Amino acid sequence: MNEDAWTPIPGSGFDWNPLTGRLHWGDLKLLEVFEDPSINSFVASAASWIAVLAALAIVILLTVKRRWGWLWSEWLVSVDHKKIGIMYILTGFVMMARGVAEGVVMRTHQATAYQGGFLSNEHWAELFSTHGTVMIFFVAMPFITGFMNYLIPLQIGARDMAFPVLNQISLGLTATGGALVMISLVVGAFETGGWTAYPPFTGADFDPGPGPDYWVWAIVLSGIGSMLSGLNFAVTIYKLRAPGMTFMRMPVFCWTALCTSILLVFALPPLTVAGLMQALDRLAGFHFFTNDLGGNMMNYANLFWMFGHPEVYILILPAYGIYSELTATFAAKKLYGYTSLVLATMSIAVVSFCVWLHHFYTMGQSPTINAAFGIATGIIAIPTGVKVYVWMATLWRGRIRFTVPMIYMAGFFMLFVIGGFSGIILANPAINWQVHNTQFIVAHFHNVLLPGLIFGIFAGVHIWFPKAFGFRLHERAGAITAFLWIAGFSLTFLPLYVVGLLGYPRRSAAFEDPAFIPYMIVTLCGAFVLLSAFIGLIVTLWLSVRHRDELAVPLGDPWDGRTLEWATPSPPPHYNFAVIPEITGRDAFATEKAEGRPYVTPTEYRDIHMPRDSVAGVFVFLCTTAIGFGLTWWIWWLAILGALVLLGWMFIYPFFDRTDEVIPAETVRLANEAWIAAISLREGVDRDDETTPRNRGFAATDMEQAT
Amino acid sequence: MSAKAQNAHPGMNLGYGEGARKAEVDVFGFWVFLMTDLVTFGLVFAIFGTMVGATAGGPGPEEVTDLRSIAIQTALLLGSSFAFSWASLSMKYDRGRGRTLIFLSFAATSALGFLVMEFIDLRHLVEIGATPQRSGYLSALWALVGLHGLHVAVGLLGVGSLTGQILLYGLTDKIKSRVTRLGLYWHFLDIVWVGIFSMVYLAGVA
Repeated sequence: MNEDAWTPIPGSGFDWNPLTGRLHWGDLKLLEVFEDPSINSFVASAASWIAVLAALAIVILLTVKRRWGWLWSEWLVSVDHKKIGIMYILTGFVMMARGVAEGVVMRTHQATAYQGGFLSNEHWAELFSTHGTVMIFFVAMPFITGFMNYLIPLQIGARDMAFPVLNQISLGLTATGGALVMISLVVGAFETGGWTAYPPFTGADFDPGPGPDYWVWAIVLSGIGSMLSGLNFAVTIYKLRAPGMTFMRMPVFCWTALCTSILLVFALPPLTVAGLMQALDRLAGFHFFTNDLGGNMMNYANLFWMFGHPEVYILILPAYGIYSELTATFAAKKLYGYTSLVLATMSIAVVSFCVWLHHFYTMGQSPTINAAFGIATGIIAIPTGVKVYVWMATLWRGRIRFTVPMIYMAGFFMLFVIGGFSGIILANPAINWQVHNTQFIVAHFHNVLLPGLIFGIFAGVHIWFPKAFGFRLHERAGAITAFLWIAGFSLTFLPLYVVGLLGYPRRSAAFEDPAFIPYMIVTLCGAFVLLSAFIGLIVTLWLSVRHRDELAVPLGDPWDGRTLEWATPSPPPHYNFAVIPEITGRDAFATEKAEGRPYVTPTEYRDIHMPRDSVAGVFVFLCTTAIGFGLTWWIWWLAILGALVLLGWMFIYPFFDRTDEVIPAETVRLANEAWIAAISLREGVDRDDETTPRNRGFAATDMEQAT
Repeated sequence: MSAKAQNAHPGMNLGYGEGARKAEVDVFGFWVFLMTDLVTFGLVFAIFGTMVGATAGGPGPEEVTDLRSIAIQTALLLGSSFAFSWASLSMKYDRGRGRTLIFLSFAATSALGFLVMEFIDLRHLVEIGATPQRSGYLSALWALVGLHGLHVAVGLLGVGSLTGQILLYGLTDKIKSRVTRLGLYWHFLDIVWVGIFSMVYLAGVA
């Protein structure tokens, strides 16, 4: 065989060599604009330049500030669930910058799309594919995983996750996926088949290029990470709850996290299986989803949505948990209907596995099957409705403070209900047939994901940021940003319901009906409002850091919180609790405050054993990125090397006994007593002064009436 | 967790201390992992089920099934599982690490024999043109059998690693918990093989 002419997939037409696979200089997007100047190639090259220059800027900044050692030893090798959680959320924000920017470019294109927009069709298709992939897998998923990481051990009274090193490996795998998607911006091209990447369009026959391979490996590798996260969270909640923390005493966020973990454990394997079969089709010529020789793409659609529908609830349930904590805390009332909320959450988790087919009513099932799935979809709205009523009842006659989280909550109430109603409309197969594949769908899922999930995340950031960093976020900047998100969302996505009903197909690069133009201009304006809202987040952070002294809340309880995490200083020590608390009721910290016995000095301190730092996460990240990149570009030696090193490490790793790090009881005692002494020097701050500099994190509680 | 002492894993004979508590969490976590693996196998089985008829004029179940070889493979894998359970028992009753290691080596040899037989079978499939590229049916068959074979191979690596650990450190609490987990994995692969044996091969020629 002639080595030079050989390519792994015969007839695929790629120039292949053993060293760099099918990768050539011409695949670098950076140079595209110089070779073929046009607006289209300018946008593509500009995007890759931004990615490269941003990475370079971070490298230079770290070098100039001499922060590499700090980054490595404080963050990258840490197995502390709190730091891992913060890194997840940071990943989400970085990827969100890309997702929002893509959104603005797409809206600009659509405003000019009457009889063809300024981008090429492929570029447009790449944009909506990356936007969806990035937003679901590398923005929403890291956000919720980050929150669960940060909050679960603190809320159940544990010191860390059940498997701290595995937790770090999950983060490494998520970073691998994010890295592959970012690399695709600079090297080669991403796939063009949407975030769902349906074959056979993404199969080797129609798209032999690297795009679908990027998608497959980003999704499969980060998906394994998410599955392991789910496993870790579930085991943590089942096994590491503090004494007395029975299931029905857990904070509602932990319940939603438990349900999400169960969904992660059951729903991620279908995605992995679908992705790997697609990879076998593409790389090894299998026939799972091809058009010929017995392949069946409906298997892909079913596998994908067996993951895809539970995924919707994986994302939204933790946000529901945040809203539950939010309403109770910021109305200073006990959560109304705890038990119904728990039952509703569990019902959603179970029913979410029985509705996946509503994503493809039009793809050839019998009306009977469609009707069954339509009914199941309608049913799932009931527990969701229960939740909305529970939150409203909790707010009723509460001591509501209209601070930033409550603004997001108000936006969520109004907008999410509209999104939910459009979902009930879509649950009906007969209506679904009329509007499927139109902008109506785009309006619907943005309407549930943005006001539902993203508003919840931002509200959560405002609530727990002071816990993580010891100072509150700037209230005014935060409020303006929140209103910008609400206005931006409404302008951008509500008009899409109308054009959808008028028949504008989603994902089309151009439209023919001039009636759509005014709506598209409104959505473009909305996109710019959303962009300014995103910048508002950065401004809020910047202002908060600048004013961190007057915003400081080191004593740990700025909002008169109800759950255990507020019974620690801000930021909490590495070991979370000086002694593991004994739980006697629901809302553990609120109970203590109502009974007038918070911040008791424990009688006895003990040595605390904590897991040591580990390089496992970084190591797995490097190996799996090599595997993913190698398989995408057919650089076999790189993929095999990555796999062998990873396997060898798994073989050798257990030989090294990991000893714990012991924190002496005396150190714990000194730290804890200093914190309690600082509290006793202060007077508690009333809820009216919550947003003033007087709030140092010691709350004058009004829990007597509230529990 | 209740304050009263509990012997969480009598099968490991760890007593009532901190080791047992850690093992309880680890083994439970491993059960959850096996559950995800079961979902994975279940889905590949389901895909295989939808593709049984998709032979596209190529080799079908009759051509790819050599029941004699499959019977020997089944015996080897079940025998391997049986040997592993003896290793677990000798660990439980403190019969010395030598005995545990001997049974582990029986288990490993038997599983290696299974893999060799499977490899010969798959090579035969290539010779008669029953490659996964030929049809959807064969794609699903190779994926299912291959996924199981890969699991066995990774398990063998695990036995190798554990053997080294036992030789170096003896049967410590930590290693006992690892042997228990690998045992669960080993028996799990047996159950999956029973599924493959009956759904893919027996049902194929029946």
